[in-house]
Amino acid sequence: MRASLRWASVLGAATLALAGCGSSGTSGSTTAGNTPPAPPKLAMQSAVGAGEGTLNLIAWAGYAENGSTDKKVDWVTPFQAQSGCKVNVKIGNTSDEMVALMKTGQYDGVSASGDATLRLIYGGDVAPVNTSLVPNYATISDFLKDRPWNSVGGQMYGIPHGWGANVLMWNPKVVTTAPTSWGAVFDPSSPYQGKITAYDSPIYIADAALYLKATRPELKITNPYELDATQFQAAVELLKAQRKLVGEYWSSYTTEVSSFGAGNSVIGTAWQVNANLINGEGKVKVETAVPSEGATGWSDTWLVGAKAAHPNCMYRWLDWITSPSVNAQVAEWFGEAPAQTKACDRTADETFCTTFHALDQDYAGKISYWTTPTKSCGDGRGNACEDYAAWTQAWTQIKG
Amino acid sequence: MDPGVDPDQGLTRRRRPRAVVRVSGFLHRHPLVRLLGLLSAPMLWLVVAYLGSLALMFAAALWSVDSFTGNLIRVPTLDNLRTLITQDVYRTVALRSLAVAASVTVVDAMIALPMAFYLAKVASPGTQRLLVAAVLTPLWASYLVKAYAWRTMLANDGVLSWALRPFGTSGPDFGVVTTGITLGYLWLPFMILPIFAGLQRLPDSLLEASADLGASAGWTFRSVVLPLVFPSIVAGSIFTFSLSLGDYIAVKIVGGSTQLFANIIYDSIAGGTNPPFAAAAALFPVLAVLLYLALIRRTGALENL
Amino acid sequence: MTLSPRARLALRLFTGLGLGAIYVPLVVVLINSFNVSQTFGWPPTGLTLRWWAAVWDNPGARSAVLTSARVGLAATGIALVLGTMTAFAVQRYRWFGREVVGFLVVLPIALPGIVTGIALNSAFAARGIPLGYLSVIVGHATFCIVVVHNNALARLRRMGTSLEEASADLGADIFQTFALVTFPQLWSALLAGGLLAFALSFDEVVVTTFTTPPGLQTLPLWIFDNLFRPNQAPVVNVVAAVLIVMSVVPIWVSQRLSGEPTTGGRM
Repeated sequence: MRASLRWASVLGAATLALAGCGSSGTSGSTTAGNTPPAPPKLAMQSAVGAGEGTLNLIAWAGYAENGSTDKKVDWVTPFQAQSGCKVNVKIGNTSDEMVALMKTGQYDGVSASGDATLRLIYGGDVAPVNTSLVPNYATISDFLKDRPWNSVGGQMYGIPHGWGANVLMWNPKVVTTAPTSWGAVFDPSSPYQGKITAYDSPIYIADAALYLKATRPELKITNPYELDATQFQAAVELLKAQRKLVGEYWSSYTTEVSSFGAGNSVIGTAWQVNANLINGEGKVKVETAVPSEGATGWSDTWLVGAKAAHPNCMYRWLDWITSPSVNAQVAEWFGEAPAQTKACDRTADETFCTTFHALDQDYAGKISYWTTPTKSCGDGRGNACEDYAAWTQAWTQIKG
Repeated sequence: MDPGVDPDQGLTRRRRPRAVVRVSGFLHRHPLVRLLGLLSAPMLWLVVAYLGSLALMFAAALWSVDSFTGNLIRVPTLDNLRTLITQDVYRTVALRSLAVAASVTVVDAMIALPMAFYLAKVASPGTQRLLVAAVLTPLWASYLVKAYAWRTMLANDGVLSWALRPFGTSGPDFGVVTTGITLGYLWLPFMILPIFAGLQRLPDSLLEASADLGASAGWTFRSVVLPLVFPSIVAGSIFTFSLSLGDYIAVKIVGGSTQLFANIIYDSIAGGTNPPFAAAAALFPVLAVLLYLALIRRTGALENL
Repeated sequence: MTLSPRARLALRLFTGLGLGAIYVPLVVVLINSFNVSQTFGWPPTGLTLRWWAAVWDNPGARSAVLTSARVGLAATGIALVLGTMTAFAVQRYRWFGREVVGFLVVLPIALPGIVTGIALNSAFAARGIPLGYLSVIVGHATFCIVVVHNNALARLRRMGTSLEEASADLGADIFQTFALVTFPQLWSALLAGGLLAFALSFDEVVVTTFTTPPGLQTLPLWIFDNLFRPNQAPVVNVVAAVLIVMSVVPIWVSQRLSGEPTTGGRM
């Protein structure tokens, strides 16, 4: 059990940012029309030659550990020994920071989240990836391939790395009947008033939209990240009502874990790792589920810089980081489902992949992955949708 | 001075170089040049670099952001300010922040004054040294760690509830009150130190004179000590008031579901979503602090920090 | 003013209670540094030394301490120079702008850190200056000037000018007067101001957040990052405990060196 707790360095900063998804320029891509233009045509690597001796990466904290955080957590040093590429890692704290850093052209690759990838692809900052040069790509979970946040027109722009869902978590000692719907955290007459917790970020509006998508079909919500004025208003109203029930908005998981441990919170949205951590401490037991409406979540991808000075080292890194044992290490340290199916045989905790539903396609299918909201709805409604700046201001209104 | 005569009568081994003597003489005769010299670097720093930065930021308050490209649109518009003024939520949060900052300041002053008085006027010299060190030491324990320690203290089964349980009560839930407690704790040393320094400057002879004239200790405290140390209290309040007004981290740790004004500023800029709106929102704490400084200008507090 | 024994006792009790309250959270920090719970669950279900051991294994913490020390020393150095200059300008010359200078000096600490941070950040961006050691040091020095300024100002006021005038009358040039007469009276105030400036810089989070580039990590930023990693969070308590203990050294040294004629104990 201890082993499964050695998970995430920094989900805090990382996922916070994933969530916050900063996004200044959500999309240089989307123009005034409804269909985004094609990304710039960039050459794809055709073969992996000799390493260049150096590799400059931008990564979420916890994705490229070299032993400086914990001596036992190190998959960069063996890579350097094996490939001869000296790795310099720059930690990106937010998606915006990552985009800005990639635009300098000084980096060979980045571990980007769903809200940064398209910006980089359409901005011409990353190149298409020749997946045939990455042998480990073959055994990556199929449901992560050719998805809207990592590919354009059937062309992959990166190698999927890991993913996770924002689950519903509860303390069964207090919440005695297992909830099956997000209604449990939105019901105005909830008996758990003051003990409900919610995620402290504008992106949490998507969770409300996801619930409304299922419960108020007349709103015609198709995608919780593409909300027009009416839909958006409905989600905001739902959250304003929920505000009276919420005891604490959590923004880092130490906050949530300690709240459940101390009894300040008994039900709310959570990451699987939080649940594992609470159960590991043993003081309080919690259960988690993806309710019937589905859930929001994240999916991260390693991308190759368009101006990479060390592309051969980068391709070696792509294969290394998605190799079964390394991917297993990262996933366990970070606390997410590994993208590599074979990683599941290599985890220190044998039940890790089951706990994180790593191979569960149905589970993955229920997740609406974090994407930055833009004015463009991505469908026939045109530019009628609320962008992330509007989401941010609404979040202030909701918290009041 | 006469450069021909050794100014220190041969007591120093080395003669002053002629240039130094000449510069010194020039400076001695021209106090204005001395003053300008003294002011040059600090004013370059504070006016050009600091005020310049502030001006640059507030100019950005009039801009907006293109929601497709995320680029700044450098066309002046009052939209940000209009949003801030017309929407109720900003007024609510602003008033809440002011209330928290004011209560933290008042409570800190009430706690700090007796402590500083004991330190400065009652404790023996040895004890005084020890106690001053005891007040200074917590400043070195990280602010974040202390804020998080308060989370442990204030949680539902935390230290406070644990201590209060025998009395059949428990601590407050996370919210405005717990935020105030935590901020008050964090900034208390910043209130004690200026008051202590002010009391130390207060001559004992004044207090003795007051006693000789028949005033009781309480009367002396009210009519002599308090008026004279008031500027120091106000000086301390600059720290407690503005540090509280600018805090967005402690409220995230112990604030439960509440938010303060600095959170609005931080949220607009942290996501990189709307820096102009953050700049516009920053006008509120700046105006509040400037107003406060203007109010206390007459007390001489600015010289007593 | 003579305090009744009752009043003295009341003051002593109040001060004792106040200091007690100041130290309770610090004791919690210390206990949590041995707490087996990774998120500081209370009361501790067990005690462990593994967080203390982990600190020795953590090069990140050590380099963050070094970064903070470097930034703090540089910022304090700048603040010492600028703050002394403004103090002289305000205290030794009668001119119209004294109050303005006093106001300008206090402004960076009086305005909330988030304002100063964002303003400096946008200024660096506008002038194309990349964030780095320089930007952090500039940010810290800006709000540190005031503590040096005020300490120097109070001392200059108390010193008066008679000794300096005597020195000039005896033929010393102004540099000699400063080095041999003014500075020896001034330096303990500068030491106290410098120490406070260093402490402010060493624990600053907000301005630092907006003026550091990714990759450069001062100690508070390191703590911020680690506080939110469960398998790292308790390590933060160890660092804080070590800092509290180590802070006794500079405080003791400054008290020793300054040898201030103490005013305590007359009532």
